[in-house]
Amino acid sequence: MAPLSDDTQSAVATEDDAPLALPGDGVREAVVDDLRNRIGDALIDSHIVPNDDLTVRVSTESWAATGAALKAAGFTFFSWLSAIDWMPSPYGKGEDDPTVEKEPIDMTIKQGVCGGDTRFQVLARLTDLNRHVGITIKADVDDDTPVVDSWTGSFAGANWHERECHEMFGIGFNNHPDLRNMYLPTDFEGHPLRKDFPLLARMVKPWPGIVDVEPMPEKAEEIADEPLPVTDEAGRIDPVATEELTGEPPSDPDLTMADAAATGDEATEVGAADAGADSEHSDAGSDDADAAADADADADDTPESSEPAATHDDAPESAADPLDVAEGASTADADPQEEAGS
Amino acid sequence: MTMMSDRQQLSYIASQAADARLNVELETEGMTLNIGPQHPATHGTLRIIARLDGEQVIWAEPSAGYMHRGYEKLTEVRTFPQVTTLINRIDWLGSFANEVPFILAAEKLMDIEAPPRAQVIRTILFELSRIANVSLFLGDLGVQMGAVTPVFLAFRDREYVLNLIEGATGGRFHPNFDRIGGLKDDLPKGWIDETKQVMKKLIGFCDENESLLFGNEIFQSRMRGIGVIPAEIAKEYGLSGANLRASGVDYDLRRDQDIALSYDLCDWKVWTHPDGDSWARCWVRLQETRESCKIVLQLLDQIPAGPVMTKVPRIIKVPEGEAYVSTENPLGEMGYYVVSKGDLGPFRVKIRSASFSNMSIASWVLKGVYVPDIVTILSSLYFILGDIDR
Repeated sequence: MAPLSDDTQSAVATEDDAPLALPGDGVREAVVDDLRNRIGDALIDSHIVPNDDLTVRVSTESWAATGAALKAAGFTFFSWLSAIDWMPSPYGKGEDDPTVEKEPIDMTIKQGVCGGDTRFQVLARLTDLNRHVGITIKADVDDDTPVVDSWTGSFAGANWHERECHEMFGIGFNNHPDLRNMYLPTDFEGHPLRKDFPLLARMVKPWPGIVDVEPMPEKAEEIADEPLPVTDEAGRIDPVATEELTGEPPSDPDLTMADAAATGDEATEVGAADAGADSEHSDAGSDDADAAADADADADDTPESSEPAATHDDAPESAADPLDVAEGASTADADPQEEAGS
Repeated sequence: MTMMSDRQQLSYIASQAADARLNVELETEGMTLNIGPQHPATHGTLRIIARLDGEQVIWAEPSAGYMHRGYEKLTEVRTFPQVTTLINRIDWLGSFANEVPFILAAEKLMDIEAPPRAQVIRTILFELSRIANVSLFLGDLGVQMGAVTPVFLAFRDREYVLNLIEGATGGRFHPNFDRIGGLKDDLPKGWIDETKQVMKKLIGFCDENESLLFGNEIFQSRMRGIGVIPAEIAKEYGLSGANLRASGVDYDLRRDQDIALSYDLCDWKVWTHPDGDSWARCWVRLQETRESCKIVLQLLDQIPAGPVMTKVPRIIKVPEGEAYVSTENPLGEMGYYVVSKGDLGPFRVKIRSASFSNMSIASWVLKGVYVPDIVTILSSLYFILGDIDR
């Protein structure tokens, strides 16, 4: 292997020139002090995770000035800019267990690290490539007029990030050269990443999520209520007696006593298999939702119906695998085109 | 701008001149050229609108969004372990690498760390996905200039790597193998020896590719001095990965941050190139593929014994907090800003994908170039649409 000679000379492998020097807390404290000197009282709060990360919060008016000040302070690498909606989603989480009574959602807005006073906050991340320090900058965005100043004056790369932020959160950016939509069609209504924008795919069809691997409650009940096959001393099923009892011949005459043992757990497991097989044929539309609601009403009386939730908690480590099956099903809402791109 | 080479300076002046012409000669009757959304140079569906003056581009703007899947919104209705299925599909050529920063962010919030064995295997798979990703880039390069042979070599050799990834994880493109607290499984029997052989093949592929393409006169004349990005501009636009290092910035997240991956166990180099042109970007990627093979070869001998999964609760609830973790993915810096409210799922996930920032410079760098260079510049910037559109 002989790379072109002139290029190996001009290219620099700087392993030795820049030894691995990871910054300690002192560096991050110095950054905060430096920033305070540059923007003064506009720096509202700072939070240092020792040897790891740094977050600062600045006032809305000084949002753009902070970007310029940090650039002058050595944070020349623009990583990203985005926003966050701190309001809890009024629609709850898609993976809520339908058998559990929905608790009223606490709509208190609670901001994260470094606090805040408003529902929306803008976030940006800069990196100092020499000192190897990253910094996250936050600022409140006024609820009535959600507009902040653009960073494009300091970092040209903020252009696309602000366009995305504008369409997703409806936050305006003063002095932005071209605040068109990045992804969405021009006539799209609403701002998808706001918490009060409903995820319609979840509204029309409940997300099975964690309860998907358990038997549907009504199925578990049916199995539990079914009379068990009649067996002789050796554990063989007596087809005639069973048919008299249940009204139909046993499906598997070789079934042994042990297989059909009448413990609640195993009955539930049989139910799980059946429910899985059945649900493939049924349209998981409104019918299922109704049935689930019915089962929900009965759930308090019958101990069997509470089994699924209990078995899930007690399941062995491998219970994570059925979750993957559920995840696999979820890819249906991913775009099929992406496979073609590979 | 003080550190620019002569070549960079010339190109910078040329782009400034194009700017000036745009202002002065706006009356000229130009032509608008539409590229895409189905052009082979785009690794997906990106559309580029370029306004031409003769054969020179005076204004160009990429138009993304043909594949936007709304992953940031979807993560909010998933549990933490379910999110990896989605983010696998961001950069689909190096899927495993997408999972790692998210898992690391969740682990940081939960204050747990994967066992040493899992960390080393993670690093190996991370580098394998880089090799699978970049080897396709190296093959694809020639196609943009009409050289068809390298792409077949690339597909042939990438197949070996994909087989390895499939052998270890069960998935060729979407492994979904990383778990909070470790890995889904241990390595299969015989995998280590197999990987060593494949890595030697892949180093051979790099040599082959270098002698086929990089020494080629046409390749050089189409790439040298074209699409120059000075370091200051690159940083301002958030260019990362090989694109940044090809502009002479010595920054690599594998080396320059304290992260729970095993890069400190081996001896490797971060390659940079001072020119900042298309050729430099390709050349840095070629060197990096070689380095990755070396990293994998070294780590294969250092896999410690022990479990691949630490003890985590069966139902994972991530404590309240915020964390940003980024890693040096095949395309550049990929990071996740994860906000948790102590629930089963994240409250908000901001996905920082490399190609998004890498492509945002397109309108700057395409200004002033000639039409045939559009394709080579875009190709050398190397983006994957899933990584832009998320």
